[in-house]
Amino acid sequence: MIRRSLLKLANPQLLALIGVLLINWLLFPNFFRVTWQDGRFFGSLIDVLNRGAPVAILAVGMVGVIATKGVDLSVGAVMAVAGAVAATMVVAGYPAPIAVVAALVVGLLCGLWNGILVAVLDIQPIIATLVLMVAGRGIAQLITEGFIVTFNDPLLIYIGTGSFLGFPMAAVIALVLMVIVTLVVRRTAIGLFIEAVGVNRAAASLAGIRSRMLLLLVYSLSGLCAAIAGIIVAGDIRGADANNAGLWLELDAILAVVIGGTSLLGGRFSVPLAVVGALIIQAMNTGILVSGFPPEFNLIVKAGLIFIVLVIQSPLASRLAPPRIKPVAKVSAK
Amino acid sequence: MSIITKLALAAGLATALSTAAFAQDLTGKVIGFSQIGSESGWRAAETSVTKQEAEARGVDLKFADAQQKQENQIKALRGFIAQGVDAILIAPVVATGWEDVLKEAQEAEIPVVLLDRGVDAPEDLYLTSVASDQVLEGRTAGEWLVNQVAGKDCNVVELQGTVGSSPAINRKQGFEEGIASAANVKITQSQTGDFTRSKGKEVMEAFLKSSNGGADICAVYAHNDDMAVGAIQAIKDAGLKPGTDILVVSIDAVPDIFTAIAAGEANATVELTPNMAGPAFDALAAYLADGTEPEKFIITESKLYTAENDPAGEYERRKGLGY
Repeated sequence: MIRRSLLKLANPQLLALIGVLLINWLLFPNFFRVTWQDGRFFGSLIDVLNRGAPVAILAVGMVGVIATKGVDLSVGAVMAVAGAVAATMVVAGYPAPIAVVAALVVGLLCGLWNGILVAVLDIQPIIATLVLMVAGRGIAQLITEGFIVTFNDPLLIYIGTGSFLGFPMAAVIALVLMVIVTLVVRRTAIGLFIEAVGVNRAAASLAGIRSRMLLLLVYSLSGLCAAIAGIIVAGDIRGADANNAGLWLELDAILAVVIGGTSLLGGRFSVPLAVVGALIIQAMNTGILVSGFPPEFNLIVKAGLIFIVLVIQSPLASRLAPPRIKPVAKVSAK
Repeated sequence: MSIITKLALAAGLATALSTAAFAQDLTGKVIGFSQIGSESGWRAAETSVTKQEAEARGVDLKFADAQQKQENQIKALRGFIAQGVDAILIAPVVATGWEDVLKEAQEAEIPVVLLDRGVDAPEDLYLTSVASDQVLEGRTAGEWLVNQVAGKDCNVVELQGTVGSSPAINRKQGFEEGIASAANVKITQSQTGDFTRSKGKEVMEAFLKSSNGGADICAVYAHNDDMAVGAIQAIKDAGLKPGTDILVVSIDAVPDIFTAIAAGEANATVELTPNMAGPAFDALAAYLADGTEPEKFIITESKLYTAENDPAGEYERRKGLGY
């Protein structure tokens, strides 16, 4: 039992995260220094958790979609829509809890829309979600009328920048969401159903899985997660920026899921490892910022590191690795 | 003296008189304005200021929004030419591909004025271009900082705009020129914040960590106000006082930075004026009246605003413009 959990820790994603953090430490010796300041932890490591939270939350939603052999390109735009709804409503005088719930409902509806296009109309996911990716930002701009809608609402600001037990609120929300979703998919049969639909939707339906319902569910969850991330990002800058909120984050979320070992061909997936993937991406971003590289190198450094991480977990690399790092075989042997 | 000479003299006199009386008057003129779209708050402000300026001068402004597409702008220009407008203003979305339509305007003898962006076309195809000097904006910010610190050592962190964009390149160059004379002021860290609030905040957080919790930073220079607003929040989160512990200087003069200046959290901003149309109308009035050729490149003023320039009032004046 202990040996198995140790083996689990030795998976490539965690090793990559530790590797990136160590590189950051070499470039910036104070990287691991965390101090207590104004009732919260303060340090680069905390920044990684805080800044990585929006993509981690997107990844929690995205992983279910990708496991069904789909993809959700609209999450960045849904973030902008949710942020715009929350900000515009508090500015218009609605109480903040109602604004937050409204933004979450809008996100859920956006996800449901994607789900209907994919599950009911059988449109390919990449095209179906592209519709909302393009239209969503326009909708957000219509809601904010092109302005950055700024607010001073304490609840929204707390969601974006507050802290809970010294940890950033955004990171706490991401952790709670990850735990809930992981428990739901792994302690019930839903995770297995999602994998079955991802491997072969027709076969899963014949086996009695209501795949249409399941697709609606995963896309709605992705929309909901995007709305949560959108509220956090808006709260963080105390304003809804329809043009820039969540811009290109759908790609970071997909990357986080892929780094987390989930196959784009559907089937196998892991929620916690997708979150680790998001942390790897953010650790790179924060590392580049504190290390003092000129900004022209940002994208090249990031691309190079991602390439290394993906090579490490490629099928060829795992065949070359000693056979004990094969948790799949171990689990099936029990 | 023949009757013809007398008549010619009288006509000449009348022309001279009318020119003197109406030299700056565009009343009743029809002017087409092809705007890029509403890509940013500044762009929206430029549109509303242009409409205000046109109304104040009695210009009948035909407004066309191109929604970020060159083909729409070319269509709009052809539409203006077909309507026989007196002049055309255009904020070109890209630099290339304008030669044909500018030639058509020239053949129809309609003067074209470029607003805030240039084009790659022969200079004789347009009357003039009105734009800001981005290098000057950066230099003004740099010179303000040098004066402000008055000889004390000052480590500056820089929040750059989007890598490779012309405002980022020019505002960086200008600032470096502005502080070149002062050995005590130097840029210690520089990163891109993509002109957005959230990236500005994230990058500033990282700078604060890598500069001894912010104790080693004397000032932050942001290529636009939005990044400065994000940086101000990061400085506050780190337990420092923006504007006092760390000086904040940025460029654009959008309304929100005036709120920060009024609260003492930002120190200075250099204006990128949205009033590109005012100088354009002045040049057109002189040209249409008696053919006075304006300068080929009209540079707008890069005005510096600090706490002494009534920031609360500036906020009120700007907030309705669409920023």
